Amino acid sequence: MNPILECRDLTKRYGNKTALDQISFSLMPGKIIGLLGPNGSGKTTLIKLLNGLLVPTEGHVFIDGLAPGVETKRFVSYLPERTYLNSWMKVCDIIGFFQDFYEDFDKARAYDMLKRLNINPSDRLGTMSKGTKEKVQLILVMSRRARLYCLDEPIAGVDPAARDYILSTIIQNYDENATILISTHLISDVENILDDVVFIQNGHIRMIDSVENIRFNQGKSVDTLFREVFKC
Amino acid sequence: MSWNLDSNRPIYPQIMERITMDIISGTYPPGSKLPSVRELAQEAGVNPNTMQKSLSELERTGLLYSQRTSGRFITEDLSMIEQTKNAIASEQVKEFLKKMEYIGFTRQATIQLIEKIEKEEQP
Repeated sequence: MNPILECRDLTKRYGNKTALDQISFSLMPGKIIGLLGPNGSGKTTLIKLLNGLLVPTEGHVFIDGLAPGVETKRFVSYLPERTYLNSWMKVCDIIGFFQDFYEDFDKARAYDMLKRLNINPSDRLGTMSKGTKEKVQLILVMSRRARLYCLDEPIAGVDPAARDYILSTIIQNYDENATILISTHLISDVENILDDVVFIQNGHIRMIDSVENIRFNQGKSVDTLFREVFKC
Repeated sequence: MSWNLDSNRPIYPQIMERITMDIISGTYPPGSKLPSVRELAQEAGVNPNTMQKSLSELERTGLLYSQRTSGRFITEDLSMIEQTKNAIASEQVKEFLKKMEYIGFTRQATIQLIEKIEKEEQP
């Protein structure tokens, strides 16, 4: 089995500020992975590199053996931290958009999730609250049958009840060979559904381990460990 | 996310405990079919890989068995279920006695208290 994601000496600098410093790691497919780190640790930079929105200053990143580009975008589903959708568009129009754009988009799945979260498909994005907008975007991203999902802060603005529904949707819908990379601060909400966690700090990988190992070896939750490791 | 899991302990043994309780209490009757990994993972709010691991472990203990094509089933071995039940009951009693000892009750005093409460509760 080949890694779905591989970084080799990956470095990204913005001017003289180093966001990622010679990161090397790889992830095998079929897992849900939490990308955890304090603000400014390099999480979003890493995710943007995976999606070809940024190019490495040095080093390489491979998605299933390929450099990020048109080919990888076919099977990588990306939820950015900020929306790129036009606020005048109706949800149903955006769904049509996604269906035209991505071969792996499952329209029925999207409508089903909208219904469960009581979102009217003919509403315009601009009329929605922040949380509802986030739900719509997550629904779009999770309705693709992708091989790698990169979710940048997917549940931050969503209420706890919807959070539960979204997490259970992720569990239910993801294909067992697919990989989900979730960057988040809301560790206690997601840690039960994670296989592995990647702790990142100041552009370095601090630790990669499974949730079960952490709990077994440390006798504490990932959330507690995070608070200790990154204590201010 | 309805299963109350302790976030400081590994998840898979907690799932094993929970399903074992459901078996000995009869929530899952002997010989009945267990829901799928995915359904259970969703119900518990845990990763399907973790659920898979718990179920494999329970198969190893013999409380569950899998049939190649049709899924996982609860054992039909009633004596095994009974044994598990007794083991868990003894553990519960031991734990209880330890707590009673901690607050200063001897075995004797504890048993007397149980008998007293038993009498009071009878109409």
